[in-house]
Amino acid sequence: MSDFSAAFGAAIEMITSGNPQLVGIVLLSLKVSLSAVLVASLIGLPIGALLAVARFPGRRTLIVLTNALMGLPPVVVGLVVYLLLSRAGPLGELGLLFTPQAMVIAQAILVLPIVIALTRQAAEDAWSVYRDLLRSLGASQWRSAVTLLWDIRASLVTTVLAGFGRAAAEVGAVMIVGGNIDGVTRVMTTAIALETSKGDLPLALGLGAVLISIVVAVNAAAYLVNEWSARRYG
Amino acid sequence: MGMTRRSFVRLVCDGCMALAATASLVANAADERYITVASTTSTEASGLFDFLLPKFEQKTGIEVRVVAVGTGQALDIGRRGDADVVFVHDAAAEKQFVAEGHGIDRREVMYNDFVLVGPTSDPAKVAGISDVAAAFAKIAEAKAPFVSRADRSGTHMAELRIWDAAGIDIDERKGRWYRETGSGMGAALNTAAAMDAYVLSDRGTWLSFENRRNLAILVQGDPRLFNQYGVILVNPAKHPDVKQQQAQKFIDWLVSDEGQAAIAGFRLRGEQAFFPNADGRGR
Amino acid sequence: MTQAGSLLAPLLPLYLRAVTVIAGGKRILDGVNLTLTTGARTIVLGPNGAGKSVLLRVCHGLVRPSSGEVRFNGPERIDGRRRHAMVFQRPVMLRRSALANVTHALALAGVPRARRQQTAEEALERVGLMRLAGQPARVLSGGEQQRLAIARAWALRPELLLLDEPTANLDPTATQAIETAINAVHAAGTKIVMVTHNLGQAHRLGDEVVFLDAGRVVEHVPMSQFLASPGSAEARSFLRGELPWA
Repeated sequence: MSDFSAAFGAAIEMITSGNPQLVGIVLLSLKVSLSAVLVASLIGLPIGALLAVARFPGRRTLIVLTNALMGLPPVVVGLVVYLLLSRAGPLGELGLLFTPQAMVIAQAILVLPIVIALTRQAAEDAWSVYRDLLRSLGASQWRSAVTLLWDIRASLVTTVLAGFGRAAAEVGAVMIVGGNIDGVTRVMTTAIALETSKGDLPLALGLGAVLISIVVAVNAAAYLVNEWSARRYG
Repeated sequence: MGMTRRSFVRLVCDGCMALAATASLVANAADERYITVASTTSTEASGLFDFLLPKFEQKTGIEVRVVAVGTGQALDIGRRGDADVVFVHDAAAEKQFVAEGHGIDRREVMYNDFVLVGPTSDPAKVAGISDVAAAFAKIAEAKAPFVSRADRSGTHMAELRIWDAAGIDIDERKGRWYRETGSGMGAALNTAAAMDAYVLSDRGTWLSFENRRNLAILVQGDPRLFNQYGVILVNPAKHPDVKQQQAQKFIDWLVSDEGQAAIAGFRLRGEQAFFPNADGRGR
Repeated sequence: MTQAGSLLAPLLPLYLRAVTVIAGGKRILDGVNLTLTTGARTIVLGPNGAGKSVLLRVCHGLVRPSSGEVRFNGPERIDGRRRHAMVFQRPVMLRRSALANVTHALALAGVPRARRQQTAEEALERVGLMRLAGQPARVLSGGEQQRLAIARAWALRPELLLLDEPTANLDPTATQAIETAINAVHAAGTKIVMVTHNLGQAHRLGDEVVFLDAGRVVEHVPMSQFLASPGSAEARSFLRGELPWA
């Protein structure tokens, strides 16, 4: 129990003192995970909606595949991206290894299947209701997909949040492709791993508390946005 | 199209901004003044880099980015050309690295030592023994819990050499008492603390380790526990992207009077943790 | 709506020749032959399972016949915009305001941006929903939503409007409002084809009847004739069932 109270104390102290190192780590975590979710959403939302609307050979295989890829182990993704971005690898020219950009790429890959699979499910449910109307209006597949995306936006907020949660919580991918470099690629999860390995468990727990608080805050903000939207548009 | 078109356009704009930001960061990265050093978790965990690097950065304006992993992985990073400098503590592996042509100009920088840490209850009765190989033999005899990093790190290699010196084929003798965690030093210490087990640790990590519980240093000072650090420039002939000029500055600084004095000045819990011993080119 | 409209062949008549729809092993439509012309308001009647809904969907292109031909006199699209529209039994409302439901439908149908706002407002005006234009469509009552659906369909200025039991779920007041709206649409020049179970409504709104039974068109006659003296046994049986006191 003393570990937990020490951790609680460490967390409070860190937050209130505005420790600049902590601030830097928190900002980088947010930047990396939010960017990853943004990239994954830009790609995944349209694909998910189109998967719900379009019919083509191999569609069902693709759906099963994206559902399965939701369970991609982060450390495996990290390793693969590392091998791709390494100087000895095919994309070495870009010099992206051990940078925040590499972390964004790795996390975007992790989040993409989640966005596609959850969007597809919500869009498919909506499509069963909207299909007659949209086909009646002669809407193209693409326009139908976009219409669905706007109408199911409340579910999409939850989807994006699920993606963000996945990105913010993982350590395996960002550790390998980022290298946990102090001041450059150290994010909350890798900092927690480091402090744990140094045996400073209260500090690690405290950082964990800060991380959870941030994720809760992001979720609360999204919930409020959904509420406001429901009030406005029904 | 009202709402839908506006939100779609907004999405596209966000996407373009994200891509532009990424592109600009990629472009900038190329001409930033920094070098990448692949080193070990134990060196980083000791806090040496937090103490040492600002001195170098202030003097030269070159930022040093340390990727801290196990020795094996650090050398692998060097082989791939993903680092400019490799700074580890496994002389045999380092020499092979140079022999393979991946590194040039290996220099000895400093040494610290390993300590045999164990529970104060000391079931194998090794406390105070001066010969660490004998201590290991007693632990194997007693089948007392022993945590091994088992990750091909410098520490792990040192541990294996001691089993060898004790005449013990550890692959044969290991049983439930021999716990291979495959982890870094800190994690191994955590495990040993939780299990009241013996573990071989570098002094630096031990000095800054907070979660000691019932553990204490039981054996130290044996010359076999001597842990030499070497720094190697990743071969620019094989890996043209290596920032040779800046990396060489770092290596030269480490072995210079100034760098060596800085290393000697680093204190952990009031004790000197690393002992500078650069004396010209590596043997 | 466009200059080309006057040069384009009229959408109707609509010809169905030997249209058969087989689904799940069942013949839902069985060799339907039908010609629908402008002018008369057509009511499709028949017992449950006769295939009335599917008939409408086949006309609208939502269901493809297993065999047979569905052919319009003129092209089905002008400037990318469909020339026939449909209103379903349960109105599907987009998650946006009433007005936005109409403007978005216009956008999906390919109407240029500049004309959408005005066209939408005119449509809402015609069905008496302008005062609710800014409300979220989903909070409107069932009757209001169905009126909105009609406005949305009519905003496209279709030459043919198909309605599938539009007032089945509505109370008499709302039903009356819908019937008024349908007549307004018809008065503006749109052909009406409607499925209903409400014979009173059929009588009020219909000029002619297409009577379907077991997937076949059994009768296609003026309304008064059908109600007064139906020609077929199936029709007589149907009317007896609907009006047991007759």
